[in-house]
Amino acid sequence: MADKVIDARGSFCPGPLMELIAAIKSNPVGTTIEVLSTDKGSVKDIPDWVKKVGHEMVGVEEKDGYWSIVVKKLK
Amino acid sequence: MAKHVVIVGGGVAGTIIANLLARGLKEELSKAEVVITMVSKDDKHIYQPGFLYVLFDKMRPDELIRDQRSLLAPSIIFHHDTVVGIDPKAGEVHTEKGKKLKYDYLVIATGSRPMPELIPGLKEHGNMFYTLESAIESREKLRKFEKGRIAIAMGVPHKCPVAPFEVTFMLDDYFNKKGIRDKVEIYYTYPIGRIHTLEPVAQWGVPEFERRGIKYETLFNMEKVEAHNGTIAVHSAEGSTVECDLLITIPPHRGAQAIIDSGISNDGWVPTNRYSLKYEGYENVYVAGDTTNLPISKAGSTAHFESDVVADNLIAEIKEGHPARDYDGKVMCFIETGFDKGTYIHFNYTNPPSPMPPSKMIHWLKLGYNRMYWLTARGVL
Repeated sequence: MADKVIDARGSFCPGPLMELIAAIKSNPVGTTIEVLSTDKGSVKDIPDWVKKVGHEMVGVEEKDGYWSIVVKKLK
Repeated sequence: MAKHVVIVGGGVAGTIIANLLARGLKEELSKAEVVITMVSKDDKHIYQPGFLYVLFDKMRPDELIRDQRSLLAPSIIFHHDTVVGIDPKAGEVHTEKGKKLKYDYLVIATGSRPMPELIPGLKEHGNMFYTLESAIESREKLRKFEKGRIAIAMGVPHKCPVAPFEVTFMLDDYFNKKGIRDKVEIYYTYPIGRIHTLEPVAQWGVPEFERRGIKYETLFNMEKVEAHNGTIAVHSAEGSTVECDLLITIPPHRGAQAIIDSGISNDGWVPTNRYSLKYEGYENVYVAGDTTNLPISKAGSTAHFESDVVADNLIAEIKEGHPARDYDGKVMCFIETGFDKGTYIHFNYTNPPSPMPPSKMIHWLKLGYNRMYWLTARGVL
């Protein structure tokens, strides 16, 4: 169970990755954040960004018409 | 007993909702069955999209300002005061001047605020245009800028997601018209892996950037800004550094301090149902404008369309005992693509945007709307 859930389903602007970046910046180190996205691109965009900035990918799961992507803030 | 509607915030959403309620509940107000009270920390109402035009010397600052009271229907009670606490369990709002306002219905429309101080060095070395004062200061810097590199960088989240594009295209036109574009390098950065969060806009933008000679870097989230001997260095969380002579920035935003201090959230956004626009868990509290935590654009047009729904629903609840309709995520934004042309996008929760080719007509419409906005605030347009 993530500490925080961002329901970015149907979000064209600012979009799931931008929502995640905002949440990473305003939550403490150690917070797990689950992003719900209907944009398949999030399955690549989010892990790519998380890897690049050094946070942790906890998991990606396809659900009924959307994806659940869980990230842990490490720094 | 009269029903008390309290509206916190006198920005786009708060002002539209107050005026629509005053019109829709005219009879109830005249019989003192309803009382509408607005609390706003500002007694001036500023048309914020105009800052972009101030930056480029296209509008004068006083064109953007009206007295808040003058925009409100006479039947609305206006308090120029700052809300310092919201207690939804007790149904109360507390103000800096010591007022305790009881409500039957509350509208939270406390907006967002640019906070450059969240990124070390940004306030000192960045040039904003998201407040009137900063737009004027940045305008003066641009007037004196004759050669070198201008970088554009933004924090997350920020309101008006099309502004990064607009300011970049307008910088290109500004220096072209001054005849020194060949001496000015424009370097655009963006937080995610394409040049705009809206994919169709990004796809349209790439060849446009290339045609105009605008360089860009994606996956760039400002972490720290430094300056040495007149050169500004912007460091990103992704590990790269952009050096420039002038940094045009859109800082990260946060919601109102009262939301944080009331324990509603740690970033100032209110947890909001995406359809009903009610504060999650509270049937008598609506939220509108930048202050929602919804994953949609923080922009005047979003506030406008949400306000129509909130006002309709409040009127229906008071008159008929139930809300009237859901918000469908409607957003419509003009995009200035320079000094002479513009386009627009509209979308909602289920329909993605599809930008039209830029035209002079849309640009003129935008310039016209800059003057017509006061009708929107009054709940007419």
